[in-house]
Amino acid sequence: MFEHLLSLGIESIFINNILLAYFLGMCSFLACSKNIKTAIGLGFAVIFVLSITAPMNWLINEFLLKEGALAWAGFPTVDLSFLQFISFIATIAAMVQIVELVMEQFAPALYSALGIFLPLIAVNCSILGASLFMVERNYNFSETVVFGFGSGIGWLLAIVAMAAVQQKMSYANFPKGLAGFGVNMIITGLISMTFMAFAGIKLVG
Amino acid sequence: MKLTKTKEFKVFMEPISVANPVSVLVLGICSSLAVTTQLIPAFVMTFAMTAVLACSNVIISLMRNLIPKNIRIIVELTVISSLVILADQLLKAFMFDVSKMLSVFVGLIITNCIIMGRAEAFALGNGPWISFWDGIGNGLGYGWILVVVAFFRELLGSGTLFGFKVIPQAVYDFGYVDMGFMVLAPGAFIVIGLICWFQKTCIKGS
Repeated sequence: MFEHLLSLGIESIFINNILLAYFLGMCSFLACSKNIKTAIGLGFAVIFVLSITAPMNWLINEFLLKEGALAWAGFPTVDLSFLQFISFIATIAAMVQIVELVMEQFAPALYSALGIFLPLIAVNCSILGASLFMVERNYNFSETVVFGFGSGIGWLLAIVAMAAVQQKMSYANFPKGLAGFGVNMIITGLISMTFMAFAGIKLVG
Repeated sequence: MKLTKTKEFKVFMEPISVANPVSVLVLGICSSLAVTTQLIPAFVMTFAMTAVLACSNVIISLMRNLIPKNIRIIVELTVISSLVILADQLLKAFMFDVSKMLSVFVGLIITNCIIMGRAEAFALGNGPWISFWDGIGNGLGYGWILVVVAFFRELLGSGTLFGFKVIPQAVYDFGYVDMGFMVLAPGAFIVIGLICWFQKTCIKGS
């Protein structure tokens, strides 16, 4: 069991990196990768929110939305799965707000480091994407926890790598039209290629 | 007044060319990369996106004087996600194969920054009719990039268009091999980067 979870964790960090293989969270990835410090701050905020919201959404899906999930309340035939999107996004938005309030109250240092990124994260597609993937792949609770956390770490790695490249790039000389978005996409492609080298690694056969 | 001079036309054309949401404003990249391995899902995604964008713009524009300022984000999200649920259910009912192919990316229309961005930047300050055209324009602006990327990725990656073989067998016999790289993630990044380069250079020229 433990080996299986470890393998899933490694897979979600490197092989199926949520950003480089599934393209989730590109907007904030491109907008906030100008310097390494900001990138690290945003990356940790994403890990934090992902590891909270993915299990939360799992619980909601399992006990409220799934077909037959309401059996405990006496409605075994009710299927509310069409409400998935709206309840997931509401959970995420609410969680982000709560985390922000709690952090401001009890961990002001952490808040001043991550605070400005939290509102951005509510609309980061990697958060909602992770919750939707977890439903589609039928993960159980412990798998969801590992998957959420691992995806967050993968996202952090990718954005920090990108920020490091971008800082060096200010010395480079590009064709005029390519500078900016175009070259960023090509570099992301190259980073994604290097991550593909991990493909095929399996801890458990 | 001529059609091309109206305000609606300007609002409609701008996002297709000079203010393209994907290649110029860098919004909504996630889905434009993920659904472009083939042309069919790209077209369906464009259609779904345009419909949701136009409807959400109209609805939010109609409610613009009723929404309290500090909870507007959550109101917008609610409107958008209801529309996306509708789109998802329709796709599941009438185009089940494509909806399986698009998998989670239909749901991810909710967090597509284009929709939020247009709601915030345009629909909150303008009337429903013009917001409708803004929505359609942005949807199509997003769509044409999607279709172009998908065209190259499908043609070079698997030698097909819309699922039909277009590269003749003789070429394969001659030693031509499909570029498997195009179907994978890095291919998407690089193709969209090159298209953006091309578009920027062309716009500067005109």
